[in-house]
Amino acid sequence: MPDRPLSPHASVYKFKYTIVSSFLNRLTGIGLSLGLIPLVIWLMALANGPKAYEAAAVMLANPFFKLIYVGVAFSFSYHLVAGVRHLIWDTGRGLEKRQSQSSAWIVVAVAIVLTVILLVALAANRGLV
Amino acid sequence: MSLRTPLGRVLGKGAAKEGVHHWWVQRVTSVALIPLAISFVVSILSLPALDYPTVHAWVHQSWTAVLLVLFLGLACWHSKLGMQVIIEDYIHGSAKTIALIVSTFGHTLIAAASIFAVLKVAFGIAT
Repeated sequence: MPDRPLSPHASVYKFKYTIVSSFLNRLTGIGLSLGLIPLVIWLMALANGPKAYEAAAVMLANPFFKLIYVGVAFSFSYHLVAGVRHLIWDTGRGLEKRQSQSSAWIVVAVAIVLTVILLVALAANRGLV
Repeated sequence: MSLRTPLGRVLGKGAAKEGVHHWWVQRVTSVALIPLAISFVVSILSLPALDYPTVHAWVHQSWTAVLLVLFLGLACWHSKLGMQVIIEDYIHGSAKTIALIVSTFGHTLIAAASIFAVLKVAFGIAT
């Protein structure tokens, strides 16, 4: 390991919208990665037959996992919208300070609305309750 | 003016070109995941129930299975690339190497298991 400061110098940034929106994108990415675990448990149980599925369904419906679904729903919403923002940046558009500032807030607002819609739809689904 | 470091010039290895490939694949998988992830979430939420017969019948359909395989494969790939960047940024030394290997193995296992599960249901007998 080189004996010099290595990027990113995470501790030197002023805590403002730029670092928050970037960090949230990484954090929600990790959230979605962790969300793959209940997904694979669910699919494997489905492949293993009705008994295995019932057992997994009971486990995946406990409050701990329900809390995880709230996190995954927000992670999905935020990462999706923030990802589109990144793709727009990649075309060279929207990189001015004012534009990136307003798009950061748009991403947060849309992500929160999308999260609420997802959770309401999830709660309305009889199979999960 | 050259932007290459004196050491880089002496070693003469040139760019590994890995970085651009990593960056590009992360973008291409993200573009593919937009419709795939949305259709996955909308499909799950629009199933009448999440009990065994309903979910089994859904995964058993050919197009569902194909889209699920694509979604799961690309989600794991994109996740692997993203976690790699996070690990490389915040973990250093031999812990970094171990974390990268664990992440790669974990993602490969999840991709293999979830795709296998979908194919088993898709090729199995309908309920």
